[in-house]
Order: sequence, then C-alpha cells, then structure tokens
Amino acid sequence: MTSAWSITASAAVPRGAFVDFPLGHTTGKPHDPDGQRALVEAGLRCLETVTTPGTIVDLGASWGDDAWRADPMRTKVRNSASGRTGDSRTERHDTPQYQTDDDRLLAEERHGSEIACRACVGFDD
Amino acid sequence: MNAPPQAVDYIQVTRDTYDALGYPPYAWVHNEGPVPWAPMTKPLADCTVGLIASGGIYRAGQIAFHFKDDHSYRVIGTDTPAEDLRVTHFAYDLTDARQDVNVVFPLEPLHRLVEQGVVGGLAPEAYTFMGGIYSARRVREELAPTLRDRMVAQGVDVVLLVPV
Repeated sequence: MTSAWSITASAAVPRGAFVDFPLGHTTGKPHDPDGQRALVEAGLRCLETVTTPGTIVDLGASWGDDAWRADPMRTKVRNSASGRTGDSRTERHDTPQYQTDDDRLLAEERHGSEIACRACVGFDD
Repeated sequence: MNAPPQAVDYIQVTRDTYDALGYPPYAWVHNEGPVPWAPMTKPLADCTVGLIASGGIYRAGQIAFHFKDDHSYRVIGTDTPAEDLRVTHFAYDLTDARQDVNVVFPLEPLHRLVEQGVVGGLAPEAYTFMGGIYSARRVREELAPTLRDRMVAQGVDVVLLVPV
C-alpha cells in the first residue's frame, strides 16, 4: 500500500494499492477502525485481482478535503512547531529517538545505556 | 499506467525542496526491466499474511530508531497490544500515528480480517524499520533479503508492505 504513487511506480513493485491520504496515514485515518479494516482489505484484495506485474490500483480513498495537498510534507506545520525554517525534517541524530522518556528508561534498563551505535541489521529486541 | 491527476508527486516535491535548500537531487530508487512476480497460488482466505512497515514503529522496551543512517529493523509480535507500540521517524508528521498506530502499522485491522475470514491468518512476527534510509544498496543487499528470509521462515504466503 502506498500514498506516494510516483515513488512506488519508480520502484516498480509487483502490486501496488494507492491510498490518496496525506503521508503518515497509509492504512487509514486515526480512530477509524471500520475505515482502516476496509482499506486494508481493499489493499489485500489487489493480491487476487492484479494480474499484470507493476500495476498500481487506485483504491479511491478520499481524505475528505484537499487542504493538505498545499503542504504535503507538512513543512509549515512542522517548522512552526520546531521553530526551524527550510528543511522541516528532524536533524539526523545518531542516538535513539524515543517517543517518550519512559521508553528510553525501559530500553536502557533492558539493554544497558551503551546502545547508541548498534544499528546493525538483525537487531531484534 | 498514469498516476491519478490529483496525486501528490512526492518525487517532484522532494526535488523542489532540495533545490530550494541547495541540496543535490535525491536519488530515488528507480528499477527498470521486468517487474518481479510471484503468482497467487491460493485464495486470500487461505493465506498467512506477513506485515512489514517502514514508519519507525517499535515496541516499548525496544531501542528506538536513530535518525542517521539507521537501516536496522525490529521484530514485533503480531499479538502486541497497540498501547505498547511507539513511533519515531525524522521525516513525516507523527501526530496521528502516535494517537493510533494502526494508521501506519495495521495490526488491529489485520486481526479483524482474520476474524472475518478474509485472510487465513497472521504471521507471528511483523518487521519494522525506519524509512528514509539513504543507502538503497544497504536495503537491497542487507535489510530486504534478511526480512525476506525471516518471512519465508514463518511460512507466509503474502506480505503487506506499508511504507510511509
């Protein structure tokens, strides 16, 4: 499933299902379990219906309004929140970036505090 | 096959953003030649489904992703309750994903589809990583084959990929 048609088309996946929602909502709107279930089902059905490799099916999803298209990367909103200008993306920190400080404490309790650089593939738990 | 006219062209958006910042163009993956294909051999209702998501999801207690050259992955049991799941990523707005992780990691929808008989079952493990990895080579040569092997070892029939 994808909300970025051009990127998925460029990668040439076997079967794609396009969800025309703002980035960060590939499988639905928040707190909408029925909509999420229907969208994921529609995405999975493409496994049965697509017979030509490289096909992307438009699932016909509608966010409801088009205001988000004017700022698709949420650059203005995110820069406003962070006080940054230009590049809205977060700096490329080389230490783990936890959602909450409790997450950090729990992970350090389990894994020790010397965990900054263990970015190896196969790093499970 | 053309994009729907209203679809945001994120390759062009990124090109414009990078130009404005004075960065060199981002080299999006572009694959040429025959598209790989594995035909479905049974109905979806008989399939075991795997889930791989690139939205930076981790479980409380796991080490979070870091934002510089991280191509590691996390193993998340598909029986993990939503309240134990976290999201971190440098490049998209996390607001809604942190309120309802199912918008980027659809475990609850998939469980409902199993209950309804739409799909046969879920693989015990889902895999997550944080997209925005600058080295396509590391993804192609290390991360993707590793996740493929783990999915095959779980006996999946199909895998749902959820990028952000």
